[in-house]
Amino acid sequence: MYRYDEFDAAFVRDRVAQFSAQVQRRLAGALTEDEFKPLRLQNGVYLQLHAYMLRIAIPYGTLSARQLRQLALIGERFDRSYGHFTTRQNLQFNWIQLKDVPEILALLADVEMHAIQTSGNCIRNVTADQFAGVAADEIEDPRPVAELIRQWSTAHPEFSFLPRKFKIAVTGAAEDRAAVSVHDIGLRIVRHPETGETGYAVLVGGGLGRTPMVGKWVRDFLPKPHLLAYLEALMRVYNAEGRRDNKYKARVKILVHEIGIEAFRDRVEAEFAQLDPLRIQADAAEVGRIERYFAPPAYAELQDNPPALRRARAANPEFDRWVAQNGFPHKVPGYQAVTLSLKGIGEAPGDITSAGMRLVAELADRHSFGEIRVTHAQNLVLPNVRQDELFDLWHALAAGGLATANAGLITDIIACPGLDYCALATARSIPIAQALATRFAAPDRQQEIGPLAIKISGCINACGHHHVGHIGILGLEKRGEESYQITLGGDAGNASAIGEILGPGLGADEVPDAIERLLAVYLDHRQPGELFVDSVRRLGIQPFKAAFNAELRHDAA
Amino acid sequence: MTLLDRHGFRPDPFRRLPAAEIAGHPAVIVPLADVQAGLLVRALGQRIGIDIANTLPAEDATAFANQVDLIAIAFPGFADGRGFTLARRLRRAGFRGILRAVGPLIPDQFAYAMACGFDEVELPDAVATRQGEAAWLADLAIYSTSYQRDYARGQNILEARREARTGGAT
Repeated sequence: MYRYDEFDAAFVRDRVAQFSAQVQRRLAGALTEDEFKPLRLQNGVYLQLHAYMLRIAIPYGTLSARQLRQLALIGERFDRSYGHFTTRQNLQFNWIQLKDVPEILALLADVEMHAIQTSGNCIRNVTADQFAGVAADEIEDPRPVAELIRQWSTAHPEFSFLPRKFKIAVTGAAEDRAAVSVHDIGLRIVRHPETGETGYAVLVGGGLGRTPMVGKWVRDFLPKPHLLAYLEALMRVYNAEGRRDNKYKARVKILVHEIGIEAFRDRVEAEFAQLDPLRIQADAAEVGRIERYFAPPAYAELQDNPPALRRARAANPEFDRWVAQNGFPHKVPGYQAVTLSLKGIGEAPGDITSAGMRLVAELADRHSFGEIRVTHAQNLVLPNVRQDELFDLWHALAAGGLATANAGLITDIIACPGLDYCALATARSIPIAQALATRFAAPDRQQEIGPLAIKISGCINACGHHHVGHIGILGLEKRGEESYQITLGGDAGNASAIGEILGPGLGADEVPDAIERLLAVYLDHRQPGELFVDSVRRLGIQPFKAAFNAELRHDAA
Repeated sequence: MTLLDRHGFRPDPFRRLPAAEIAGHPAVIVPLADVQAGLLVRALGQRIGIDIANTLPAEDATAFANQVDLIAIAFPGFADGRGFTLARRLRRAGFRGILRAVGPLIPDQFAYAMACGFDEVELPDAVATRQGEAAWLADLAIYSTSYQRDYARGQNILEARREARTGGAT
């Protein structure tokens, strides 16, 4: 994985010193609260309901064991010995004191980490496929380009006071696991149909929030050396023309929607035509320098599905279930990527204790070349596990409560922190996730239902990605009560779609039964092997809507 | 208003006047609407600048850009970053005169403003007094390096890496 050189290290140290000075100037009154706010946000510091929150960048979701140990230490020393992984592959500490932030940033810098641009109206932390570099369906590893974009977008002189936040996601695989179509810019590494050369297909104007939109193609094929110039052109058009009169209409998706994708494309291309890509792009030697950090580790020559694994799976049904559910095919024979679920039944999605972080770090060192990934579904991944070591790994994880075999199943729920923490929230998210996980906890029931993505947001800002949940749950406040709106048929992957609202909002205690009614329609009508979301597509929303509302009407009568 | 460049606070040689009143003043800033009139009555050696909004398309400014000595771009608030892009576009269009950012910017934007092509910042006096000159100069010092090529700012990290690779040979 990427390592800081002297320049990166000095740059991050300078930012720590800079933020320390900014805090002092705020305390001395040289900066007003309004002036300080974007500076604190661009260093990841939010003011939440009960305390400050610090959001730490985990660029493209890649972490080393050493970094994870440092996060465990920070959690113990400055928080309540746990952290929360987010839908943008970041880590949040929810109980931070403002006075401690400079010291925490210095501890992060010690392990080549920072909190720069994890918030604020700037280009945010770049996200990527959690299986980057190991997925069998990958055209090319997206991490080198994600790192290039990280550097280019860091403290950008022109694009640090944008109309609104700006999120970029990259994938290099056939299947989109990075939800690129619901980002301000989504990049897909593609092969040119004629020359075979790899480049980028560029989506723009996706996003969730109160106006969910799926991104539109702005460039089918962008040659690699043109990338940074093209991004500069696109950002310049947005910075000049994005709306600033209404923060709810300030994302690039609104600009694209209002002027149309053709006009937007024309403006970007006109700007791009005036730039010299080679003056902006990193030169080939620099690109090569970054790429070498992501060279594959020293894999052993192994066979897939070794006898030791077969025997252990046959002898231990729970292990077998975990491998089947949480394993992911690796491009190198004899290896497997595995998801470590942070969705234990009844737990807060994405939370992990400092002890848990240390265990994962130790197991990453022992079984995964010291590398960990964070997923946008708020789980962790060990990307490089020998199949003949899976059983040992599973044992160690199970002892730490991290072997829940539910990756991609109904209890693998995405949820934002909600009203338990967040100052913006209108309802709680975590208790809904806990109630649903508890209701559907039985492993056989989960298997019967199959892959299903439930996503919960505690307000219209949609940090829990409810719009793209197969089942989405949005917590609102209605006459002083929490009210949950259910959507159906969303999808964050290749067939990206925004879910449709099923009916009136529900009380928190009504949500599990309503989900049961939707599942009953699916289980009654599915064809052999058909996934929930595919049944919704085939059947349309009506039968689900009818079942959802039948009970409500009955209650009302 | 207080004027500031990379060396600190300094007196402003320019006065804001309508075109009809510029006679006898060595350096003036006129409103955009007065630019043609101002250029018509301009005396030999008299310096003329214009005030523009950050929403003015760069193409509209380039028509007179090579005839004026200064362009002052308004920042209605510090969080409105449109002026950075407009400055960049004016420099690209070949404007070589003084570029001034006018409004309640914060010291933490000084290095960014310079990198985008500004030469100076004109602050409301109360803001300048509260923030202090030292904070502005400190911002230039703490951004000694940057990742973006093609912006005018300190040491470029990519170029420095290239030099390190080639052992300093150019």
